[in-house]
Amino acid sequence: MKQEYTITVYTENQVGLLNRIAIIFSRRKINIESLNVSPSEAEGIHRFTIVINEFEEVVRKLCRQIERQVEVLKAYFNTGDEIVWQELALYKVPTDEVAEKLQVERLLREFGARAVVIRKDYTIFETTGHREETDKLLAVLAPYGLIEFVRSARVAIIKASNGFHEKLKEFEAVEPASELIENEFLNKQAEVFSM
Amino acid sequence: MMQAELTKPSLATPQHPIEISGSQAVLEAFIAEGVDTIFGYPGGAIMPIYDALYDYHERLKHILVRHEQGGIHAGQGYARSSGRTGVVFATSGPGATNLVTGLADALIDSTPLVCITGQVFAHLLGTDAFQETDIINITTPVTKWNYQVTDATEIPQVLAKAFFIASTGRPGPVLIDIAKNAQLQKFSYTGYTKCDHIRSYRPKPIVRKSYIEEAAALINEAKKPFVIFGQGVILGRAEEEFKAFIEKAGLPAAWTILGLSALPTSHPQNVGMLGMHGNYGPNVLTNECDVLIAVGMRFDDRVTGRLDKYAKQAKLIHLDIDPAEIDKNVKSTVPVWGDCKETLPLLTALVHEKKHTNWLQTFHNYTREEHEIVINQELHPASGEITMGEVVEALNELTKGDAIIVTDVGQHQMVACRYAKFNESKSNITSGGLGTMGFALPAAIGAKFGAPHREVVAIIGDGGFQMTLQELGTIMQAQVSVKMLILNNRFLGMVRQWQQLFHDKRYSFVDIQSPDYVQLVKAYGIEGNSVDDRKNLKEALQKMLDSKDSYLLEVMVGKEDNVFPMVPQGCSVSEIRLK
Repeated sequence: MKQEYTITVYTENQVGLLNRIAIIFSRRKINIESLNVSPSEAEGIHRFTIVINEFEEVVRKLCRQIERQVEVLKAYFNTGDEIVWQELALYKVPTDEVAEKLQVERLLREFGARAVVIRKDYTIFETTGHREETDKLLAVLAPYGLIEFVRSARVAIIKASNGFHEKLKEFEAVEPASELIENEFLNKQAEVFSM
Repeated sequence: MMQAELTKPSLATPQHPIEISGSQAVLEAFIAEGVDTIFGYPGGAIMPIYDALYDYHERLKHILVRHEQGGIHAGQGYARSSGRTGVVFATSGPGATNLVTGLADALIDSTPLVCITGQVFAHLLGTDAFQETDIINITTPVTKWNYQVTDATEIPQVLAKAFFIASTGRPGPVLIDIAKNAQLQKFSYTGYTKCDHIRSYRPKPIVRKSYIEEAAALINEAKKPFVIFGQGVILGRAEEEFKAFIEKAGLPAAWTILGLSALPTSHPQNVGMLGMHGNYGPNVLTNECDVLIAVGMRFDDRVTGRLDKYAKQAKLIHLDIDPAEIDKNVKSTVPVWGDCKETLPLLTALVHEKKHTNWLQTFHNYTREEHEIVINQELHPASGEITMGEVVEALNELTKGDAIIVTDVGQHQMVACRYAKFNESKSNITSGGLGTMGFALPAAIGAKFGAPHREVVAIIGDGGFQMTLQELGTIMQAQVSVKMLILNNRFLGMVRQWQQLFHDKRYSFVDIQSPDYVQLVKAYGIEGNSVDDRKNLKEALQKMLDSKDSYLLEVMVGKEDNVFPMVPQGCSVSEIRLK
């Protein structure tokens, strides 16, 4: 069954790497739903967060292809329940219209929104949350002359992860440590080794 | 003072930092990496490097090709015959884009290459300058790694990384694009240090003992174990380890076309070729074995045929250095990640000594049947037109299996791979994964430079030869001895065969005319001959082989001969057709 997977990739900070990773998806005609690149917990290491809808089998293979790239250290994939994630949305609305017709205070409370800018001509609200949450506020504001709307890519934290610091030390060692797990994907599939 | 040093360069580890140009740093890197031959073509954006090369010509041989595609295929041929990294120069723009086919070919066939392209001045990047092209982004999908240099100080480290990445792990092509200003820029050079570690790149996965043990247990319990091997054995320089493994466990072994020559043809456990035009037994018995042991191969669709009917009954042990290949096409029971040079001896130590005589006999029975229905007629026809198979067989008798055979793509390639005999590894050079017509002639030139003491015979179809025949000029000028054997059937034979079998004989644009090849090579000062009569064939081949210089022999073969056996596309390997 196809479902939403969040892929987390730890990489070097290198020009052209974004393209190298993106074409792994586009070559297979897989649409990237969301893509975010940011620094990670480890100094000098960047972190890609990529969201796609695919079969687990396909996602596993994609992660192997991503890890094959010279400047990629590690790729993980997780389902929604294995991560904590957020998206940020900005809404620009005409101030007079909203102030007149909407109970702004209720709005801010209900949706956990903030007003980032308030000017005579327009106001910008911001909210973070899951897609449904940011969509809900969008639906509320749409009838009141919404001027601009934008939503960020997903950022996600893996619940079970201990961070990349220790892993990075293993990568930096010329002789990799023997306990370095090479194929944790396979390890999860104990049934493969039913001999 | 500096000038004297620079014209006779020996800068490997200068005592004090010295001023050199980026171009000199490139050539110093080559010397430190043991490069002896460069295939290339100059142009505006790579002129500073060529200018520096003028002073290095005694230490670096440069072969001027006639087209950059020829240059990169020559680099591939060099790499495949020598086991070393091929090096190619091209200029920016069209020079660089002409490399793309060769890069794709080298990537899919895991050939180590370092290609240097010139680029416009850094301040002109993105301005649509003369001969500017975004070669980094164009080549990203077809390189193992690529990098653009805009500052000369980066050159020593970047080239060290390039050679390390190209040649280690699963080898592949690397492209380094160097802006003209960086080639010209002088900088303080402190010497060249080879790269042996990149933190984000681990060429070899760690060998897991438990998988070796599980694999050995499966092999020891197997009644009908079957080994299929690919180029990984050659790239890992593990021919001896492989032989020891199959000999101890008594395993029949079949090869992919890139694995060909890793195990001598005459080895009693070599049961033949896999895949679409492979041998009868190896294909049918893939679906009868109980344990399938894949060594350094990647289950290409031309090998597996229909995947959902491929070796479903067997437990699969897959040895590969590239983790992405494990479970990519065929699910493994036990994945043995690692370099087969390391994993095979570990496995050999744990497997029991066995013979599997009856099982091996099953393969021989199929071989006998294939001989009766296909091979005898192909290799020893009594009458009719000359067959491709009998040419290859006659060549075998004369070379005794000692020649390097370079093939192009198509029917002649399948026939040559099926019937050519090999004693030595790295003797079969062909475009396997990409199927690049026009590969053979330039690759044969490179192969001869990579293995100068060996006889190199390029077997080429009349279609493929016409794709890169400009490289006759390279042969003429470089005075390299390449034997060109054109098997001319006056058709684009493989496409014609498919049109005959699957498109009701609608021969759509496969009828191809040829020039007079003997006259053509004569214009390049190369001797040639053409035969169409069986009784002159051996003598003509002997004359070709006896020639000290390059020589072209055209053999007119059956116009509508087909290559059999054949696993039709979309069929299971069990459904292989003998006629």
